[in-house]
Amino acid sequence: MPIPIRMLAAVATAATLAFALPAAAQQKIKIGFITTLSGPAGVIGKHMKDSVELALDHLGHKMGGVPVEVIFGDDQFKPDVGVQVAEEMLKKHQVDIMSGIIWSHVMMAVVPVVTGAGKVMVGTNAGASPLAGKACHEQYFSTSWNNDQTPEAMGKFMQEQGINDVYVMAPNYQAGKDMVAGFKRFYKGRIVEEIFTKPGQQDYQAEITQLRAKGPKAVFVFYPGGMGIQFVKQYVQAGLRERIPLYSVFTVDETTLPALKESALGQYEAKFWSPDMKVPASQKYVADFRKKFGYTPSFYGAQSYDGMLLIDSAVRANKGSLANTKAVIASMRKADFDSIRGPFKYNVNHHPIQDFFLLRAVKGGPDGVEMRIQKKVFDDHKDSYYQDCKMKW
Amino acid sequence: MTTILVFEQLLNGLQFGVMLFLMAAGLTLVFGIMNLVNLAHGSLYMVGAYLTVSAVQWTGNYLAGVALGLLGTLAVGMLVEVIALRTLYERDHLDQVLATFGLILFFNELIAIIWGRTALYMSLPAWLQGHIEIIPGSIYPLYRAVVIGVGLVVGALLWFVVTRTRLGMLIRAGASNRTMVAALGINIRLLYTVVFGFGAALAGLAGLMAGPIYAVQPGMGELILIQVFVVIVIGGIGSIRGALVGSLVVGVVDTLGRAFLKPLLGHFISPPAAEAAGPALASMLIYLLMALVLSLRPEGLFPAKSG
Repeated sequence: MPIPIRMLAAVATAATLAFALPAAAQQKIKIGFITTLSGPAGVIGKHMKDSVELALDHLGHKMGGVPVEVIFGDDQFKPDVGVQVAEEMLKKHQVDIMSGIIWSHVMMAVVPVVTGAGKVMVGTNAGASPLAGKACHEQYFSTSWNNDQTPEAMGKFMQEQGINDVYVMAPNYQAGKDMVAGFKRFYKGRIVEEIFTKPGQQDYQAEITQLRAKGPKAVFVFYPGGMGIQFVKQYVQAGLRERIPLYSVFTVDETTLPALKESALGQYEAKFWSPDMKVPASQKYVADFRKKFGYTPSFYGAQSYDGMLLIDSAVRANKGSLANTKAVIASMRKADFDSIRGPFKYNVNHHPIQDFFLLRAVKGGPDGVEMRIQKKVFDDHKDSYYQDCKMKW
Repeated sequence: MTTILVFEQLLNGLQFGVMLFLMAAGLTLVFGIMNLVNLAHGSLYMVGAYLTVSAVQWTGNYLAGVALGLLGTLAVGMLVEVIALRTLYERDHLDQVLATFGLILFFNELIAIIWGRTALYMSLPAWLQGHIEIIPGSIYPLYRAVVIGVGLVVGALLWFVVTRTRLGMLIRAGASNRTMVAALGINIRLLYTVVFGFGAALAGLAGLMAGPIYAVQPGMGELILIQVFVVIVIGGIGSIRGALVGSLVVGVVDTLGRAFLKPLLGHFISPPAAEAAGPALASMLIYLLMALVLSLRPEGLFPAKSG
């Protein structure tokens, strides 16, 4: 008797579904987290993924009493793949919220997909300027910064120190130009020369020879990832470390220090966070991270950890559910969680208003060389684009 | 001041060229003799760097680590030839490109699984650090000078082996007529394995010398591979002499372009225009050179027959 059985099954399923859809709390919170897990940039993705897992441990794998599942996706450093992964997460896995993303160009491609599906995107690294200004969106939050803020901090510090005759170097692409523009927004001294090199370049000996011949008083560079490892090593090998101080942004951090070790000693960096930050939430994060994974976390990880806590704060505020997007946005705007950077407020554009520090690579710590905060450069620094954001709240 | 600067930049170009040559020599040998397009040559460069980092840590001695790293890369190269590449010689180039591209992915992931994705630290022994004064007033990193020296010595050895020894004779014979060599009772399969192994060892040597200067990380080989292909296209595919000349030309042109193109352009066009055009043109320079060589001499500067 096939038909009645099938009908019975249908009725039973409908009954289960009816019971499974309570008024408030969901059965499970599903988070889609996109980062780069393959290729040379995979190391950044690893820092982020491990930090998300640590955040889940700290939350007891529950948000607002509801079990959490994070689905990780690899964007392979490509916007089209990022969009594909995001669509799969939204449609196939039916995630409640999205997070992660290292790269600005991937973020710019993924945000419309997420907001179009009515979900919220919590960016944990990429700081594309349009998303802080004209293209800001109420369903987009950042737990990191706007790209320009970090070089702005370095520019301000070097301006205050009265450093003149600075030699500026960056890769010849959008982020490189943005970094230099951000630096010059606050640094008003003499710039000897601006050099833009080929993205992905390995050997900087030719540029370093030219630099030495110009005899600048200081050097400011932006060389992320492998480029930074190569540039700093070669700068030291050229015997310039003691002669011309090297200031940088996104060049020396916990993802590149293991490859640089002593070559990094003396390097100046600007950042909103450092593993030695004297904030209880940060100290707990760093200590437990080292215990669980056996290496020192970076700001990439710290921001991602914060991203999970921000989502948790929204789930708690909405009685175990992310179903009501408006309510989620309202509770996220409060930034009501124990951030690794200490308490902070969201600006109208959903980007943190936060402090920036000068860091220096010094001897010490479990890895032999570590970044240590030297002084605060910016108090409650807002990015330079929020006036263009038309959001009102 | 300016003469010293130009001299130093020429040295930089020479050093870069020498690194390219070590890579190009192996690649061009394999292409010329076995008719195999090996995209995975950069992977062997990476394997050389990683094996040497580990071997130096394990033995605590730089030279012992280098020797082990080289032998290791030689072994890996021969293994790859026997397991994967041997079946590809009769296939067309598209199949070879696909298969060796697969090898790139395989090696990058394997390295990431064994050593992790974080770039490795590779130190230099104290006796390779520091600077030398080649001409008065010009200081140059000692390590880079050693790289130039090693590259030139290896180049000379290679020339000697290929033109003056029985092995070299077999290699050249195998390149021009494989069937004939086999008919004369030479084990051509073994010969191919040996040649590929030595090509791999040369790539490994380039990789281990690159270690202290560049970032030792998964995928490091692909960054240099494109320039190496430019070198062998300019030099003439299959020709060692072409590889040497091509490498030095590419190394020097690329370096001088990056150093002097922008200030030079500044004399002819407005500074902002030079600011924009200089770096863009400098990074294109070797490809423009390649296009020029291809249009004048499609076979490259030294086609294989004369090399």
